[in-house]
Amino acid sequence: MTEEIIIAGFGGQGVLSMGKILAYSGIMQDQEVSWMPSYGPEMRGGTANVTVILSDERISSPILSTFDTAIILNQQSMDKFEEAVKPGGTLIYDPNGITRHPEREDIEVYQIAAAEEASNMGMNKVFNMVVLGGYLKVKPLVKMDNVIKGLKKSLPERYHHLLPVNEKAIKRGLEIIQEYKKN
Amino acid sequence: MAEVKEDIKKPENLVYKKTDLMTDKTLSYCPGCGHGVIHRMTMEVLEEMGLEEETIGIAPVGCSVLAYEFMNVDMQQAAHGRAPALATGIKRVFPEKTVFTYQGDGDLAAIGTAETIHACNRGENITIIFVNNGIYGMTGGQMAPTTLEGMKSSTTPYGRDTKKMGHPLKMTELVATLPGTCYVTRQAVHKPGAVRKTKKAIKKALEYQKAEKGTSFVEVVSNCSSGWKMTPVQANKWMEENMFPFYPLGDIKKPEK
Amino acid sequence: MEKELRLMKGNEAIAEAAIRAGVDAYYGYPITPQSEVMEYLTEQQPEDRTGMVVLQAESEVASINMIYGAAGAGKRAMTSSSSPGISLMQEGLSYMAGAELPCVLLNVVRGGPGLGTIQPSQADYFQSTKGGGHGDYHLITLAPSSVQEMYDFLKISFELAEKYRNPAMILSDGAIGQMMEKVILDEQVPRRTEEEIIKDFPWASTGKKNRERNIITSLELDPAKQEQVNLNIQKKYREIEEKEVRFEKVQCDDAEYLLVAYGTSARLCQETVKLARDKGIKLGLLRPITLYPFPMKEIASMVEKQVKGVVSVEMSAGQMIEDVKLAVNGKVPAEHYGRFGGMIPSPEDILEFMEKQIMGG
Repeated sequence: MTEEIIIAGFGGQGVLSMGKILAYSGIMQDQEVSWMPSYGPEMRGGTANVTVILSDERISSPILSTFDTAIILNQQSMDKFEEAVKPGGTLIYDPNGITRHPEREDIEVYQIAAAEEASNMGMNKVFNMVVLGGYLKVKPLVKMDNVIKGLKKSLPERYHHLLPVNEKAIKRGLEIIQEYKKN
Repeated sequence: MAEVKEDIKKPENLVYKKTDLMTDKTLSYCPGCGHGVIHRMTMEVLEEMGLEEETIGIAPVGCSVLAYEFMNVDMQQAAHGRAPALATGIKRVFPEKTVFTYQGDGDLAAIGTAETIHACNRGENITIIFVNNGIYGMTGGQMAPTTLEGMKSSTTPYGRDTKKMGHPLKMTELVATLPGTCYVTRQAVHKPGAVRKTKKAIKKALEYQKAEKGTSFVEVVSNCSSGWKMTPVQANKWMEENMFPFYPLGDIKKPEK
Repeated sequence: MEKELRLMKGNEAIAEAAIRAGVDAYYGYPITPQSEVMEYLTEQQPEDRTGMVVLQAESEVASINMIYGAAGAGKRAMTSSSSPGISLMQEGLSYMAGAELPCVLLNVVRGGPGLGTIQPSQADYFQSTKGGGHGDYHLITLAPSSVQEMYDFLKISFELAEKYRNPAMILSDGAIGQMMEKVILDEQVPRRTEEEIIKDFPWASTGKKNRERNIITSLELDPAKQEQVNLNIQKKYREIEEKEVRFEKVQCDDAEYLLVAYGTSARLCQETVKLARDKGIKLGLLRPITLYPFPMKEIASMVEKQVKGVVSVEMSAGQMIEDVKLAVNGKVPAEHYGRFGGMIPSPEDILEFMEKQIMGG
């Protein structure tokens, strides 16, 4: 099994840390993983994206141009990465701020209103964990206890009191993700 | 030559002895040059303080590039201007050792300005001995950052025009303003009294290093009879009349008690 | 004992490796994309963990010269930088090679020339393997292609640098530095004591206790003596070329065509090999791990035995190809394929190039 994922959005949305938690979850179940960010000045408030690969084999290239799954969190990323999803692949997006919804018919598309949900929960900072929950529902490739272990590993100890909040957000994401059907 | 009576060679008759921390190698410096005396004062102080087994010295690029041939302690030879960086690198991993640099004015005040200022600003516990003769000696008498206004050199054949070539740089006053320096002084070696003062200054500088007070910085205004195109006697006179008014001797900064 | 596993960036892995390998000093200056090395080290407070010193210097020029000083005193000293900063260090590296001092430096290469881009590149191959500064010398150059290798090569580089008293370079790039992978950590090695330094490095300037003074210098004004200094250094290089070549072969047993690539390019080429094998093309990959010494003999022998064509893949305008061509020695076609200036070739494009330029021709 190999799963190649791109997570893309604005800097500050927690794109990179979401990828890190996912990668750590893979390690917790003995998988090979890679986490390759976009880096540089574009990250200072601009767009941020990260490629995560989970695999049962040695990972060859950590740099990819097509993906099994794209998690898209702003319009710029939609414009850039909708086309990069492999035929039959998966696109997950948060409709918040999206002006042009996905148009492809050869992929599965899911919507998750994570920004709205996190705001309703009064926990804007765990927005990315709501999205992660949604992904785990659609692609249950890593077990939930490994995700929790991965979360614990990737958070510095001084933030460990926030673990329950993050876990709650992931579980909420599992519940609210929906398949998106074009009219 | 009169025959020396062997029985005169008794310890109680000894009035002066070359320090063992100077090698027997003949100095490569020009007649009348201050380097030999400054080398000897540095080595005498190290010997008197019993520091020879824990000292690492840094030789620069310039006339004193071969200082390690004459100074009988562990030495490293640095790239041009980088001696304070080497000294920092050593002192940080061997804080209990005694570390000094020995640098000329081209080395310290031109190409090595950044290394000098930042080592002083970090307050590295090292001693910098800065020999200022207002000229690049080794390469044949070109203008140095310290060359006086109007002074002739091989690259200022009509004298240093400060409008075109900038002003002589007073590095010693400059580093004295930095909080990292503890002891900053300017001395000379043109007369026996001055030599004794220089030796005292070097001793103080090393004592402050051992007391971990920060960077100690000893400038020695010196001559360059070859570069200045003078006899040694004329060079010393010219130094007194021209260098000392611009580079006045004495302590500039002393540690607070 | 259970293995200690961590998800780390390449830049963090090498910093952790430095602490664990008993490195005495890191002197550095910030530059993208490798600033995480010093950030990780300062965050870890290695002064408390092992007594390791970390100091931010005023420039790359100062940091390499601080390393000269510490290495001259027998200490394990290292720095890291990226291409423009490494250019500034060339003077110091030449002096260290001349004075026969060991050290390790990491170059997380970015695209040049000039200020260039901060995106990954492999355009510093010439600079790393052919000397870089003035005079006849080489850097022992290792090229990691994973985060684990960033970690592992730190210690190996120090061992080689100390064995041959010569600076060693870890030639990485922005992709390896910035990406995270699983790393297996090993146990802490204690830093050398002063007694051990005096025993292991009798040449070091530690203060002349119970011995004659030691001098660390690269200066020898007498040309006859300077020639002898050079001959001694060259003798070391011949020994390094004989004994220290390292490489990895991927699907080379039956390979009729060969890719040669290191670092990030080698990762891309692994994918190309898969694509080729799916199409029934017998393609293999030779990944040089040491770029200096270069696996010259291995490539020559593969060309002699089985290989009909070679592509050297590099994120540059073509630098390693010169060494590949020397090894191939005109016996079969050998070409360079690459993207540069921060662009990364795709595995598909590499295969297409191989098919059209080598197999088709």
